[in-house]
Amino acid sequence: MRKKTILVVDDSAVMRHLNSAVLEEGGYQVLLAGDGQAALERIADTPVDLVLTDWTMVPMDGCELTRRLRARPTSAALPILVLSTLSNEASKADARQAGATGWLCKPIEPDTLLAVVGSLMKPARA
Amino acid sequence: MDITQFYQTFFEEADELLAEMEQLFLGLDLEAPDGEHLNAVFRAAHSIKGGAATFGFAALTDTTHLLENLLDRARHGELKLNTKMMDAFLETKDVLQKQLSAYRAGAEPEAGMVAEICAVLQQLALEAGAAPPAPPVIAAPPAPAPVAQPLAEPVAAAERTLKVRFSKVSENDCKLLSEEMANLGQVTAQTQEEGSLTIWLKTGCDGNDVIAVCCFIIEAEQIDIREEGAPAAPAQPVAAQHVEAAAPQSASQSTPAVASAPAVAAAAAAVQNKESSSIRVDVEKVDQIINLVGELVITQSMLTQTASLLDPVVHERLLSGMGHLERNARDLQESVMSIRMMPMDYVFSRFPRLIRDLSAKLGKQVQLVTVGKETELDKSLIERIIDPITHLVRNSLDHGIEGPERRAYAGKDPVGRLTLSAQHQGGSIVIEVKDDGGGLVREKILAKALQQGMPVSESMPDEDVWQLIFAPGFSTAEAVTDVSGRGVGMDVVKRNIHEMGGHVEIASVQGKGTTIRIVLPLTLAILNGMSVKVGEEVYILPLNYVIESLQPLDKDVHSITADEHVMHVRGEYLALLELHKLFDVAGAVRVPTQGIAVIVQAEGTRFALLVDQLVGQHQVVVKNLETNYRKVPGISGATILGDGNVALIIDVAAVQRANRDKAAQRGQGRPALVAAAAAAASRALEVAMAA
Repeated sequence: MRKKTILVVDDSAVMRHLNSAVLEEGGYQVLLAGDGQAALERIADTPVDLVLTDWTMVPMDGCELTRRLRARPTSAALPILVLSTLSNEASKADARQAGATGWLCKPIEPDTLLAVVGSLMKPARA
Repeated sequence: MDITQFYQTFFEEADELLAEMEQLFLGLDLEAPDGEHLNAVFRAAHSIKGGAATFGFAALTDTTHLLENLLDRARHGELKLNTKMMDAFLETKDVLQKQLSAYRAGAEPEAGMVAEICAVLQQLALEAGAAPPAPPVIAAPPAPAPVAQPLAEPVAAAERTLKVRFSKVSENDCKLLSEEMANLGQVTAQTQEEGSLTIWLKTGCDGNDVIAVCCFIIEAEQIDIREEGAPAAPAQPVAAQHVEAAAPQSASQSTPAVASAPAVAAAAAAVQNKESSSIRVDVEKVDQIINLVGELVITQSMLTQTASLLDPVVHERLLSGMGHLERNARDLQESVMSIRMMPMDYVFSRFPRLIRDLSAKLGKQVQLVTVGKETELDKSLIERIIDPITHLVRNSLDHGIEGPERRAYAGKDPVGRLTLSAQHQGGSIVIEVKDDGGGLVREKILAKALQQGMPVSESMPDEDVWQLIFAPGFSTAEAVTDVSGRGVGMDVVKRNIHEMGGHVEIASVQGKGTTIRIVLPLTLAILNGMSVKVGEEVYILPLNYVIESLQPLDKDVHSITADEHVMHVRGEYLALLELHKLFDVAGAVRVPTQGIAVIVQAEGTRFALLVDQLVGQHQVVVKNLETNYRKVPGISGATILGDGNVALIIDVAAVQRANRDKAAQRGQGRPALVAAAAAAASRALEVAMAA
């Protein structure tokens, strides 16, 4: 069985490495990108099973990334998880409208992250 | 997983973000702030907060949170920025830096400091008007004592994570449900897919509480609650499965994985932009590489030396290979050394802030000009140069640049100008701190020096007079301010720079300003040296001190005393020091006209060193003498020559100083350099380094 691949998008190198360490420990293959634009280019080369993205980034933020991904037929159904320190309803509503599958609040326990990611990639969905 | 392994990366990233934040604050136009500019500051604060929260650095999280809120309101135009705010922001940045240092040292930041800055920020938020339409964000950290409750939440024993799944719910219900859940505890994650909502809730409540609350909105059957982390949790085994399935696969497919590596690398290169344009490497690792390359270069020159004895016709191909090896080794060495190089901007970028604060304090107007901030310097030097330059800048502002009235009276622009510049000159970097202030006053310095009992005379050249300000305890400032003027410092500045292998020069014109020039070697690890022979010993003279070498003529050498000579070179009388006497080397040439005089210049003074013969010129890898043996006066280090022998590197500046001191206390006999020690050092090193 192929290893599931997750694209981690974050402008902070620490968060990227931390999240990728957690996910790799959980048995996933992890790709990294520093912002939305880089994420789109990355996805064009390599298909992924899930996107875990930060919300506040430059030049392209998580909202725009989500919108663009949803607009592409290849990623219209791709699970997109937002991981952000923001927890206000307005941002969450933006995310929902842009088409994000879920919203996670930083800081997050590694176990919770793996559980959420795992439940979104149940074999049935794959 | 051990989260502490990411601390270092976080600290470095936070350091960079803080520096960036400061730059952005200083560049902010308070009257008409640029939206993108404010966004950038906000993002910096936001990123620090995210990291701090992840690593559980509570004080850092709380402080950045307050700052972030203010910045968020500012960027949405809900808050008018003013100077007072900017001062508070800059102060916050300093406090954050301190907090970071505390965490880095493995300690908690001082609670008082944190509470104080939080209070300041909260006050600002209040003054700026009512909280924005999202009060929970502001209200979340309890106002009076944000520090008092760090970590309280995550540690609470009774808390666990519940995974609550609601099925067949409408969009509107989703919103209500997530709000209700937020009241029960902390929603750490939520996902939504056609008609169902899943929420991960960190709470002290149990499942029944959740059902009780949600029953107002939906039916109990629509709710499915599981405790996260329990063995029965559905998600866990999935993740575990991945691991099991993945392990054998990665083992069996290791070969194809390697084969596809170039493709992956190419793809990675395509998305390089921010992601992988730089990597963080431990300095120790770099140093290790530099050391190894140094050893490689030594081995290579040993081989070259051995090969040079071979017949060039028979061994043509070997010798041409040796030539390639030499070039490659040099290129490799240069590239490796360049890893350690950092731009001077690292130093210069801290000064806009310092000058803003200081000039406000002193009631002066100062404009900072920086030149050559892209000039590169070895990392270890760049870190050590910060303090001396800071000191010089403070001095310039405090004593050099005059107040606006006085400047106007003297017919100068009321705004003083301080120039920081850096440029490469041969193997050195020249850093200048230049002001257009009042300049040094010769009479004042001389009077002060006399008062302190220093040996001075009216006829001393200006350069020597200026050097007096580097004497310990020397200060001509009339008033001791808290900025500078206590007379400690200039001697420390000079000593620090000497320790880095550099020197300081001063040029000053009364009424026009002062320029302090620091000359430093680019790196400490390698130097261009000229090897000279004295008796059977080989010494290395750093090439950047050497001006020329010549064979003295009898008519040019004059004796002053029995063992002191001067040499007449191009209309100038230079002291002629005999290296064999300094280091007590037996079997050396004793008659000056039979040896070679190498003219060197250190600290602005020229003199001649008498050696037996010149051997050659090489790049040598400097080995620290103190770590292998002990400090020897007149010697700055050692190196291993191509033939495997150890050669000592002469500290030209120290020799010059020793000679000057000797001249000053003429007649007291004992030479300042302990000659026997140098010979012993050379022998001890052969043993130490061969090991």
